[in-house]
Amino acid sequence: MLEIFGLLAQGFTVALQPFNLMLIIVGCAVGLFIGAMPGLGSVNGVAILLPLTFLVPPEGAIIFLAAIYYGAMYGGAVSSIMLGIPGASTAVATTFDGRPLAKQGMADKALTIAAMASFVGGTISVILFTFFAPPLAHVALTFGAPEEFALMMLAFATFIGLGGDDLAKTIFSICIGLVLAAVGLDIMSGEPRLIFGDITGFLHGINFLVLAIGIYGIGEMLWTVEENAKAGGKSMLSEATLTWQRTKNNIKEFLGTWKISTMGAFLGYFVGIVPAAGATPGALLAYGIGKQMSKEPEKFGKGAVEGVAAPESANNAASTGSMLPMLTLGIPGSPTTAILLGGMVIWGLEPGPRLFTSNPDFVWGLIASLYAANLFALILNILFIPAFIWVLKLPFTILAPIILTLCLVGGYAPTKDMHDVWLMLLFGIVGYLMRKLDYPVAPAVLAIVLGPLAEPALRQSLLISSGDPSIFFTRTFAGPIMVVALILLFMPVLMLIYRRLRGGGKRKAPSESAAE
Amino acid sequence: MLQRSGRMLGLALGVTGATAFVAGFGSAAVAEWKPRKPVEFVVMAGKGGGADKAVRLMQSIIAKEKLAAVPVVPVNKPGGSGAEALVYMKGKKGDDHTIMFTLNSFYTTPLRQKKLGIDVTKFTPVMRMAEDTFCLWVHSDRKDINNVDDFVKAAKAEGNKWIMAGTGKASEDNLLTDFLNTAYGLDMKYIPYKGGGKVAKELAGKNANSTVNNPSEQLGFYEAGKTKPIACFTDDRIGLFKDAPTFKELGKDFVYYMQRTVVGAPGMSDEAKAYYKDLFTKVFNSEAWQTYRKKKALQGDPLSGEDLMAYWKKERDVHEDMLKKMGELN
Amino acid sequence: MTVRTAELLMGLALAVLSAYFMWKSAELPIGWVPDVGPGGGAWPFWLSTAMLASCIWILVNWVRRVGPVANNESPLFEPGNFLPVFLVGSALTICIALIGGIGVGGFEGIGFYGALPLFLIFYLKVMGNHSWLVTIATAVIIPVVTFLFFEIMLNITLPKGMSEPLFLPIYAFIYSL
Repeated sequence: MLEIFGLLAQGFTVALQPFNLMLIIVGCAVGLFIGAMPGLGSVNGVAILLPLTFLVPPEGAIIFLAAIYYGAMYGGAVSSIMLGIPGASTAVATTFDGRPLAKQGMADKALTIAAMASFVGGTISVILFTFFAPPLAHVALTFGAPEEFALMMLAFATFIGLGGDDLAKTIFSICIGLVLAAVGLDIMSGEPRLIFGDITGFLHGINFLVLAIGIYGIGEMLWTVEENAKAGGKSMLSEATLTWQRTKNNIKEFLGTWKISTMGAFLGYFVGIVPAAGATPGALLAYGIGKQMSKEPEKFGKGAVEGVAAPESANNAASTGSMLPMLTLGIPGSPTTAILLGGMVIWGLEPGPRLFTSNPDFVWGLIASLYAANLFALILNILFIPAFIWVLKLPFTILAPIILTLCLVGGYAPTKDMHDVWLMLLFGIVGYLMRKLDYPVAPAVLAIVLGPLAEPALRQSLLISSGDPSIFFTRTFAGPIMVVALILLFMPVLMLIYRRLRGGGKRKAPSESAAE
Repeated sequence: MLQRSGRMLGLALGVTGATAFVAGFGSAAVAEWKPRKPVEFVVMAGKGGGADKAVRLMQSIIAKEKLAAVPVVPVNKPGGSGAEALVYMKGKKGDDHTIMFTLNSFYTTPLRQKKLGIDVTKFTPVMRMAEDTFCLWVHSDRKDINNVDDFVKAAKAEGNKWIMAGTGKASEDNLLTDFLNTAYGLDMKYIPYKGGGKVAKELAGKNANSTVNNPSEQLGFYEAGKTKPIACFTDDRIGLFKDAPTFKELGKDFVYYMQRTVVGAPGMSDEAKAYYKDLFTKVFNSEAWQTYRKKKALQGDPLSGEDLMAYWKKERDVHEDMLKKMGELN
Repeated sequence: MTVRTAELLMGLALAVLSAYFMWKSAELPIGWVPDVGPGGGAWPFWLSTAMLASCIWILVNWVRRVGPVANNESPLFEPGNFLPVFLVGSALTICIALIGGIGVGGFEGIGFYGALPLFLIFYLKVMGNHSWLVTIATAVIIPVVTFLFFEIMLNITLPKGMSEPLFLPIYAFIYSL
């Protein structure tokens, strides 16, 4: 233990060198802006800026990229709250409550809570990272396809609470998301599928962002245009004001969510460690569990501060967690760390189990810089809140075309294919009409994120076991996770039966209100 | 501009990483043509994969050494095992600002998906930057497996319960697994995963019994004592693993490499071709690329022009033959 | 059109879409392959089947008039609300078509920086009724900022179509700095 403190102190001497400190601050600021653009999440931010880092020594380079990664994770919430468009899949869960808060004129509250929850998640996870890196890495290594599938089932189980009142439409929404996720190449058979008459644009599958920007960007804009026509040209958001009193209250309200933020941090960290899972399932799970833990679960989805705190804490914790397999095993825990890993190779480092011993300066410098990056990202984020609020004061007829411009760029940039821009427009219009008819759209967006993770894991597992499904229950980690997932999945049904048997309870059970 | 802002950052921070490298030679024709807008560098694979990392390294080298006046921008087109990238390049006929980094799916994808109508010999050969190698790997805890004979014995005993992890169906890894199954009368089960890093991890985590990874993918685990190479599919032993024999030595004449080649759009002008050849010769000779080659145990001399085309034709026939044997082609 | 009619049409359209997905998925094996587990088409096929089933459920609810949407006889769009939505949707569609063309008649599109100002002028002038000064200023500033931020700083090249040659001098100028 003492040894760790010594190493950490040494790390701080690296991280706090003026040059590195400057890289942290610049990186956080750049990341914050890139993260706040719909369509440019941390993956694109890190990929785009990777060549820049060739100009500084490796410690500086990784610190810079890690700061961008962190800044982008903070910034992701900004787009979710302000525009209702999740800039990256990790920020989807943040829209559920962040957006309603902004619509009620409390964008400042949502932004403050998101920033502070991110800080809590980030800091707790870095502490966990500092003290429990190597042993956890070994557990993560044993996670194979069955464990991944079990984890995905757990994430799916939390979907139940996200639908609307109409069960048929919720099921439809989940299924269409999962089907759209299957478009493209089937890696198990090597055959293209659902490419609709050999349209090459479908070969790379349907990127999550195309659906998310279509539905939340274009669909939401059309929705707001109609709302505005009804209201006779009022701004789409009630303006948030920023005063000391409000800020103090916001902070107080955040402190009230400490239990849920801490839960999000732990959960996000452990889910983030699992290679390939990344931050998205972590954020969703935290949202679902946060709802169960909350005293007022019925507020979730309508602007609950806890509904912002839980996923934001979890997705930042997961981004730290996903660095663990990267540093200790040399395998990426998320798409962003895959690129960081590429960077480390470029800088001449050999990520892998020996890195901790062969390059302690590098590893501990990075860990120390994560502490600093968290702090600066929080400060910058809070400082920028007035600027974000100011943007909302622009007249809607100026703001809307700017947002639509960002949507066009965001839809095009990830694949550089106009095909995806057309698809985005189609999703936007269809999504808008579906929303008018009370089809819930969030489950479809989540399904398209989790589908590509779940399906191969399911089929790899069954291929390993020669088609025997018991593989999901007999393994040390997969078994318990799967059982919990199934219980959560069938909880609403079980509670319903239970309630019928008891002749109807007076107080609504939490899981049942989750099914609403 | 990225290089530019990089340069400014570098200057501002007092870090002048490299001195400008000015090539004072090259024929007059070479000096004539220069790219006039950002060059698209298409990658046949997704972000974060081996090919993507190599491309981003080359991008960095070009930026750092100021080898080109315009930025070189990587564009990932991973769809359909490279089909998307190939179709895209085909559509860029005569374009002097689009180049692509290819793998062996350059041969196998057009062969397997005939309706794409891709003839790889129509593409413009620029420069082969390296050939990646393959070895057979098992977990180090398998103390009973020290050579190919042990491996065959162990794999035979398990029959189709022996799991070989690899990247995708009908990929390089699948070809090698089929070769081993046929050559040694095995019945190993091939499980496709997404990406070589993931495959390497499945072996280290004991969720697979063996893999045929590139050395670069297993190197971290190898150095940590988690995995070990049994034999390699190369002509000569690889410097890093002197103890691992080649299959050639063992009497199975099977040598297999993964090309890492820069390709130009079909019908690229001769001037542009000469420019890119010159550019990538400089990249190849740069210190960073040489270090990367050594670290990753990459082989293969630089190859360009007619020689590269001849190499493609030969490799395409080899792959056609292999795919036929696998039953993937008829 | 009432909300109730729209619900029926949407239900039918999505049912047709589900059936189409099922048909397309069945190009790969959809059954249980012995020793392998589900075939390549199984995942999309059975989920499309579930989509179809939920569509039928939605339609049954429609017939039985279950739920608020199925009983909502008010118009889908209140008078005067359809036009702005239709205009914005169409403008966006035309803008995207202008950026990259639609593959007809060899029209390559006028590129992002050609189409975007037109879209902005339309939106600000027609939808927003802003003054010409504000309109033109926005139509110039946004594309310029987009170019500087995305193309120059982040190296994200946007499609240019026919307007490509106009950018060569700009590149030549910027990269000579």
